[in-house]
Amino acid sequence: MSNIDSKANRATIMANVRNALGVDASSDATRRKTVKARLSKHSRNLIPERANLGAPERLALFRAQAEAVAASVAEIKALKDVPQAVAAYLRDNNLPQRVRHGADEDIAKLPWDSVPTMDVDTGPADPQDSTSVSKAFGGVAETGTLVLTSGMDNPTTLNFLPENHIVVLKAGEIAKTYEDVWDRVREAYGAGQMPRAVNMITGPSRTGDIEQQIELGAHGPRRLHILIVAED
Amino acid sequence: MEIRSPQFKANVREALGNEHLQEALGKVRTGFTGKRAIARAGLPEFDELRDQARDIKNHTFSHLDLYYDMYEERVRDAGGHVHWAGDASDAREIIAEICQRHDARSVTKGKSMIAEEVALNGHLEELGMEVVETDLGEYIIQIRNEPPSHIIAPAVHLTKAQVEQSFRELHTDLPPERNLDEAASLVNEARHVLRQKYIDADIGITGANFLVAETGTSIIVTNEGNGDLTQTLPKVHIVLTSLEKMVPTLEDVSTILRVLARSATGQEYSSYTTFSTGPRRPQDPDGPEEYHVVILDNGRSGMLGTEFQDMLRCIRCGACMNHCPVYHTVGGHSYGWVYPGPMGSVLTPTLVGVDKAGHLPNASTFCGRCEAVCPMRIPLPKMMRHWREREFERHLSPRTVRWALRAWAWVARRPALYHLTASCAARVLRIAALGRGRIKQLPLAGNWTDHRDLPAPRGQTFQEMWRAGGDE
Repeated sequence: MSNIDSKANRATIMANVRNALGVDASSDATRRKTVKARLSKHSRNLIPERANLGAPERLALFRAQAEAVAASVAEIKALKDVPQAVAAYLRDNNLPQRVRHGADEDIAKLPWDSVPTMDVDTGPADPQDSTSVSKAFGGVAETGTLVLTSGMDNPTTLNFLPENHIVVLKAGEIAKTYEDVWDRVREAYGAGQMPRAVNMITGPSRTGDIEQQIELGAHGPRRLHILIVAED
Repeated sequence: MEIRSPQFKANVREALGNEHLQEALGKVRTGFTGKRAIARAGLPEFDELRDQARDIKNHTFSHLDLYYDMYEERVRDAGGHVHWAGDASDAREIIAEICQRHDARSVTKGKSMIAEEVALNGHLEELGMEVVETDLGEYIIQIRNEPPSHIIAPAVHLTKAQVEQSFRELHTDLPPERNLDEAASLVNEARHVLRQKYIDADIGITGANFLVAETGTSIIVTNEGNGDLTQTLPKVHIVLTSLEKMVPTLEDVSTILRVLARSATGQEYSSYTTFSTGPRRPQDPDGPEEYHVVILDNGRSGMLGTEFQDMLRCIRCGACMNHCPVYHTVGGHSYGWVYPGPMGSVLTPTLVGVDKAGHLPNASTFCGRCEAVCPMRIPLPKMMRHWREREFERHLSPRTVRWALRAWAWVARRPALYHLTASCAARVLRIAALGRGRIKQLPLAGNWTDHRDLPAPRGQTFQEMWRAGGDE
């Protein structure tokens, strides 16, 4: 396929590695056991105490952390309130009443026509889209981080192309830590398996590349709005 | 990238006289360090997490071959391809070949220091491709035809006014009377100009901060979102990374991520941490159709098992240069290659040879701040000393330096003579200070005393005072 013999390169590099480590076939059995155990046990390292909280405090921490990195947050009662909350957000920010979302059932089956002024598109993002709506796989209270997974339900481009990103997050899916989310990912996709993309999103796009001054909206969304839904 | 490390002394002279650079560096001195200090204070477990981060990488290295077996199996299962590059030229060839197979005309790039290391852009451009850097800092230095001066803030050596000037020179289709006084308007202009580039690109190339053996995943950590647009919109995503980026599990990488952003920009977590595993799946409406990972060795496997192995733990946060008094004074370009600051002073001699980069490990005051802030607890000063020793052994240092060191070593190995010399020097210097406590001029040390006074000893050596009871 290529002028470069990748296989031969691999053999040379790995021979260097094994030589440097001073390992050979006789020590491999123990090493393999160690590696296998580490990969299957998913043991946690030190977990900061910060997010070791009950559900209401966890939600409060998530909210405070997300707001600290310039995301905006609104709490709503039920999923069916999402279209109205989205409309209100767009109105308050003088944005066009037009959104795009994926095939996620929780979002797609909502009564979007309860907001007659709003146009709703579905599918992956188009460069012209100004606002997208996604549903998060979960949230992490520790740093106010959203976790989104790729696929038909919530196309990855919705997270990055539009200027405004609205993310629906169920309060019950706000975890304490990243490690809690990994357990749920393994449950959903199988051990050792991942969706094509897992996007951890903490606040809107930003840059400090000009004189270290933080500016929002470098290339990704300028605004990140989180709708936390109380009931499941 | 051309190696300008041998001209380090000339580079430094130029840097010290560069007003724009000195203005920009003033902001590094306070900005990054203050933010890191706040982030560290906000997480009581921070130092303990650093210990664990170090241990995770050490464990990974001692099982590196086996973790790569697992990693590759997972990437293949997910439909991706892994390529191995022994050196920079291999990496360029492998990537060029993938691009040419797709008749690529336009390539977008996320920020990658490995791409700088292998000088990828020039190679693809020679083959007729348009290569567009999409990270704002990288874009700025690309249009100015400059190398990066910092590993996480490539344009940190520039002032806003310099960026404005470059934008006006290049973006000539925009109205010349537009206002670019604010950083925000410069950011907006870059956003506007680059948008279409993402959409038109045939190939997207990113680096990787980490590879995860458990799942066959590559990770990028960014703030702008450019890396994600780069890797999601084109048909092909190429990840260019290096051998040491491996970690065993998602739990392990979570621990290291807790110290990465805090050490780098002082953020608790970066805006975007993206975990990529293989190409678009059958049901996926977006994402690349092909996913390639190119793993570069370029001398790294030769560092394992040597006194430089600890350097492989580096996660490229930039904390060492942000806290380095030498970097603060001379800036990143003086170091003459891809990696500046303390981490560069250790890594560059390994990758390009101590004969070319011998000045770098000497450009240190050994103040130890780099090691004190390193999230991976890399003993940077110790390794710079190793390089100085090697330089000495290989007779690469100037003759005067070698003779002086040899003379000093000869005296230092004879305690009685050393004490006698030290106590004589203490007394002579005390007298030379003429009761002022400071010496303004010292023979043979004029270069030093031209710029500051030498504090004079008090007339006795430490050991003499100690023997006398130490109740001074």
